[in-house]
Amino acid sequence: MAKLEVKDVSFSYDGKTNVIENINIKLNKGEIVSLLGASGGGKTTLFNVISGLLTPQRGSVFLDGEEITGKHGKMSYMLQKDLLMEYKTIEDNIALPLIIKGEKKSDARKRVGEHFSEFGLEGTEKCYPAELSGGMRQRAALLRTYMVSNNVALLDEPFSALDTLTKDDMHKWFLGVMDRIRLSTILITHDIDEAILLSDRIYILGGNPGSVKNEIVIDEEKPRNKDFNLTERFLNYKKEIISML
Amino acid sequence: MCLQLKRKLQSITNKSLPAIAVAVILIVWQILTGTRIIPPFLLPSPVDVVKAFVDDFPLLLSNSAVTLAEMFIGLVTGTAIGFFMAVIMDRFTSLYKAFYPLVVITQTIPTVAIAPLLVLWFGYEMLPKIILIVIIVFFPITVSLLEGFRSADPDMINLMRSMGATNLQIFRHVKFPGALPQFFSSLKIAVSYAVVGAVISEWLGGFNGLGVYMTRVRKAYAFDKMFAVIFLVSAISLLLMFIIGILQKKCMPWKEKEKKI
Repeated sequence: MAKLEVKDVSFSYDGKTNVIENINIKLNKGEIVSLLGASGGGKTTLFNVISGLLTPQRGSVFLDGEEITGKHGKMSYMLQKDLLMEYKTIEDNIALPLIIKGEKKSDARKRVGEHFSEFGLEGTEKCYPAELSGGMRQRAALLRTYMVSNNVALLDEPFSALDTLTKDDMHKWFLGVMDRIRLSTILITHDIDEAILLSDRIYILGGNPGSVKNEIVIDEEKPRNKDFNLTERFLNYKKEIISML
Repeated sequence: MCLQLKRKLQSITNKSLPAIAVAVILIVWQILTGTRIIPPFLLPSPVDVVKAFVDDFPLLLSNSAVTLAEMFIGLVTGTAIGFFMAVIMDRFTSLYKAFYPLVVITQTIPTVAIAPLLVLWFGYEMLPKIILIVIIVFFPITVSLLEGFRSADPDMINLMRSMGATNLQIFRHVKFPGALPQFFSSLKIAVSYAVVGAVISEWLGGFNGLGVYMTRVRKAYAFDKMFAVIFLVSAISLLLMFIIGILQKKCMPWKEKEKKI
């Protein structure tokens, strides 16, 4: 059984014109799946439907076999903006989803504290977000997503705001940490290289209304070698994707 | 090290400039009045004002206590009402549409025009003064807080909803802390309005307070005492604004850290 399944989902903001149509997506346990497509293709709308912020006119979303269509609070997502609250310390930002679920602040802090070193955030517990670099802030945002994830994370262009060098570092770090925590992840990206490097499968979205045009399996062992993006196999995947877009 | 010293010197210069400006004004004032270029019945000298302040200090103190009590009750009540209005107008769009124009209208009515009516309706005791202060204070608080609540990042609110947060939790964790800078800015304005409002309301009737004292010394043409009380009112406003500044730093420690980066 898939960890997350999106079945025949269509959504329209005005009830007339569909933004996305007949979307079918599967996410298996521990898998990283990318949604790749042009801007305005309905990828973020699809995320809002999956996370329950929007209720689709047609179709359903299942988490571990249980229907969760239109129910929010089942998983969290992470955006391009890290959305850390400037007025909360890093540990309180990360503990927030647990506090929202009713956990005591002290217990929530203790639980999130156990993951700080795993995410390379040790020593930042009492810092405010403004004191951290862009990369560290994204790590904190990912840990917060992980804390509320039900083992499923939705990442909406999480690295697009970072400069190239920081992005490369973050990709290596991300692959390492994902290999350890085995978090089932759907990742929205416009970056073909990023999609190939990080994903097990890639869904190509396109058209108007947006729909899944193709699916590509990246059949490479994980954790991937840091030079994978310099290999011929990588270039072949890239050519295949470009031909589909 | 050299850069640090330069910054420190710059900071000292920035802080001392207003003090130098005030000192220059006082010296010019003293010269103009001391040499009788401006006669003392038109403008008392700074030295005379200080003397009047020292002589009448016990009286000023007792009157200040009354004015401060009115101001404090009015400020707290006005802030509470402003907060409540901002919360409900933010939560219910229909209430925002219905009440926002009324809130603005309350500020177009001149304070001096309302004050005698309040005295007529509620007498010469504290109540009409407090009501006037409440009317003056709640407006900046309501408008600023509402602005703060409404400027909350919609992505942040969506993120909270995706975590399963209730409206109350969104208010507590996103809207309220996000509106704190606007709240403290408006509180600084409100506190100076409150002091002035208390004095104006006392002009129109009452038994004690700095406004009553001001009316008495004006009628006696004791302009040195008049200036003494004007400076006292000013000093009280500045002191209260300073206290709110400290409170702001305590409530918003992250801002201090941001400044250091």
